[in-house]
Amino acid sequence: MRFNVIKKRYAMAVDTRRCVGCSACSLACKAENDLPIEGFRSWVETETKGTFPNLAMEIRSERCEQCSNAACVSNCPTGASHYSKGGVVLVDRDLCTGCKACVAACPFSARYIHPDGYADKCTFCLHRVERGQQVACAENCPTKSLTFGDANDPESDIARLLRERQWKQLDTAAGTKPNLYYLV
Amino acid sequence: MPFTRRQFIRIGAAAGGVAAASGLTTNWWNLQAHEIPDPKTDGDHVVPTFCELCFWKCGVLAHVKNGRVTKIVGNPAHPLSRGRICPRGTGAAALLYDPDRLKQPLLRRSKRGQQVFEAVSWSAALDETAKQMDAIRTKYGPEAFALFTHGWGGSWFTRLMQAYGSPNIAAPSYAQCRGPRDVAFTMTFGQGLGSPESIDIENARCITLLGSHLGENMHNTQVQEFAEAIGKGAQLVVVDPRFSTAASKAKYWLPIKPGTDIALLLAWMNVIIDEKRYDAEYVTKYATGFDELTKHVASKTPEWAYPITGIPAEKIRETARFIAGFRPASLIHPGRHATWYGDDTQRMRAVGILAALLGSWGRRGGYILPSAMELPKYPGKAAHTAAVAADRKQPSLYPLADETLASGVCDATIPGQSSYQLHGWLVYGTNLMQSLPDPRNTEKAIQALDFIAAIDVLPAEITGWSDVVLPESTYLERYDDAWSPAYKQPFIAVRQPAVQPMYDSKPGWWIARQLAERLGVDDYFDWTDPRQVIDWRLKAAHQDPGKVFLNGVVEGQRVPVCEEDGLQLSFDTPSKKIELHSATLAAAGFPPIPDYTPHEEPPAGMFRLLFGRAPTHTFGRTTNNRFLGSVYGENEVWINSIAAKSLAGFEDRPLKNGEYIVLENQDGIRSAKVKAKVTERIRGDAVYLVHGWGHTSNGLKFAKGRGASDSTLVTRYATDPIMGGTGMSVNFVRVVRVEA
Repeated sequence: MRFNVIKKRYAMAVDTRRCVGCSACSLACKAENDLPIEGFRSWVETETKGTFPNLAMEIRSERCEQCSNAACVSNCPTGASHYSKGGVVLVDRDLCTGCKACVAACPFSARYIHPDGYADKCTFCLHRVERGQQVACAENCPTKSLTFGDANDPESDIARLLRERQWKQLDTAAGTKPNLYYLV
Repeated sequence: MPFTRRQFIRIGAAAGGVAAASGLTTNWWNLQAHEIPDPKTDGDHVVPTFCELCFWKCGVLAHVKNGRVTKIVGNPAHPLSRGRICPRGTGAAALLYDPDRLKQPLLRRSKRGQQVFEAVSWSAALDETAKQMDAIRTKYGPEAFALFTHGWGGSWFTRLMQAYGSPNIAAPSYAQCRGPRDVAFTMTFGQGLGSPESIDIENARCITLLGSHLGENMHNTQVQEFAEAIGKGAQLVVVDPRFSTAASKAKYWLPIKPGTDIALLLAWMNVIIDEKRYDAEYVTKYATGFDELTKHVASKTPEWAYPITGIPAEKIRETARFIAGFRPASLIHPGRHATWYGDDTQRMRAVGILAALLGSWGRRGGYILPSAMELPKYPGKAAHTAAVAADRKQPSLYPLADETLASGVCDATIPGQSSYQLHGWLVYGTNLMQSLPDPRNTEKAIQALDFIAAIDVLPAEITGWSDVVLPESTYLERYDDAWSPAYKQPFIAVRQPAVQPMYDSKPGWWIARQLAERLGVDDYFDWTDPRQVIDWRLKAAHQDPGKVFLNGVVEGQRVPVCEEDGLQLSFDTPSKKIELHSATLAAAGFPPIPDYTPHEEPPAGMFRLLFGRAPTHTFGRTTNNRFLGSVYGENEVWINSIAAKSLAGFEDRPLKNGEYIVLENQDGIRSAKVKAKVTERIRGDAVYLVHGWGHTSNGLKFAKGRGASDSTLVTRYATDPIMGGTGMSVNFVRVVRVEA
């Protein structure tokens, strides 16, 4: 018997070429996670460059970047923000006081304060992943723009995509080592 | 008083402070086992059914927990959703639990349109409706009563009209939407495109969109295939005055001057024929009229089209070569909402003819020819009526229309507008104040009626104009008839309730049946439970109803859909060939080959009003949905950033992005306040609105007052002489400042 010594690193690839920015990800997430009406764990950004008629536009489905060196975790005074399975950053609601230190620390504006008083954000649907299911946004995405998986497993779809496609990451200057990859 | 969770945390934090002071660090917390939060939205059971948030009808799974729908997800077994649904579909639970739903039958207690009602029992509401329908039948004959319908549940009311004896059954989805397209394709190839459209986006190597903003309109399977094609490297050519989502992914974006698409299509044909880039073998084998077409387009050079379309000749030539280079898997997408300028049948003919030159009809990656699974009709008495529909002034008008014109039925209600007058309306699932052009005319027609009843889920404007309002259950609370569309993967889908009807709402089948009983025509409804009808049909189709309802869908055998599959092409046209030149059109007095005719241009200081879709909404039907509204909660008017700098009345302070303005059209009609989106993404001679906003109904507590209604501004339309479609992109607006 061989021990799997390489830890899982859950990551997501967002294909900006396929994505049409329809927000089905944001809404599937909202329904799956029973979010408050004003709460979003994922959202769509469109960035337009140029002037008429020489234009370019990028559409990105965004969410928490699940950083490996997360500013929210290091800035959390109560230890509510923590690394969970596969490196996913979670918030322990029972420990969170809603102080917003994490909201301020996050370079990606990925968090909001839930009306019940705790900081909330994408969990990579760990409750589903632990049951062997897909994350809700990726499972529903009509354009199959979202690929979730263990980036440390060379056989995984995401590892293959990261090998085969060009990608970029957002705001790497912050040094937080994000685990979201935008395929370009 | 028990501690709240927050108080508990405050106490816990205080205790932590003590712990820290005693030498333990905050790392102490990390030793704790953290729970992985589970929102527990999985149902205790899951009900497969099909969606009605739009007309695409995707298969969904409704998760139900303790009698409440917790979430809607795609049904992986359903060929249209393939386990994935569009944003609108995810909002079905928010429709079911919309606090503004129609909850009880209502009777009008004031002037029509004043929205003053009294809640009554179903028997009172049905008795009144039947009494009025019976009075109209006695006084004027059954043909004087019309049904407007939209959506799958309308079939029960169509049946009711057949029993009652009226031919006036109309859906705005024809003359206000896809009608010109289907007539044009029937003229050219002998058949229309249906829904879902018989196109093979997935296998196309080049996709050309003309005004179709796929990705912003979320015809789910089409968008899925669109992304799949892009993933496989398909190229896009997008012709649109607006830099649409699709345009942002295109190799070529041609920001065409609105209303000139026919000129571009003719110039493309000119290049493709002149440079012999068409599929000569295919054209020789299948088409007729090629010589006439060649002669017709000989003068329609790119140089001719440039001043018309604003697209440089070289760009036209380059894109023509590019498009032809991928034939036959070069799909000229037919779009869906085709009623733009009144010459729409001719424009769609030009699309069809170009597709024929590319040899893409009946070919993989082009137009395919799917068939439906057998699903026999439930037997019953045949429709009876002595009259023809009243939808045109003279029966000779619009000779090639093959469905009833909703706009014509509306007009026939105003005295002197048709061979006979209509006196009663039943309106099912369509908000006529937004789905027909010129709401002032619709109002006039309504005021001339003896009786109007609306069947709806939400208090849309049309319900405020009705004498009786009958609250229908949402699709998640009802059965509807089974569906077997022509599709490359044939299937039969069923709709069934996920939960019991809320409030005092009733399913459409029940309402229609109750009315039939009261009108003495229940011999047309020889069943008491819709399952009798559906199960009979499924059994007649050699299916096990229990199994179909368990899965929500059953797939049939795939059959050849294109030549590459071994399909023999045939054409149900008079010549039995593809008609590049249409003798039928010539005989009816129309140009047999499409011609470009100029349209009126916006006067100085005004913009052409264009409208379209947002991915999160279906017309005005979803605008009250708070869940969907959390993403897109009001429309904006798109205005070119250069044009925004020189608006009259804005000299002292230029229009700001996000500023609320109103639009005033050529007839002095003003919109509600709407946010300006000042953008590079649109031409300077047009503005753009997402359709369906600017509600005025008091009952739509969320949607009322959000954004502007394009329909209000559509006081003019250009009627398609071939089939009576109402081209609505012929209105001009100016921007008026309202903020101090």
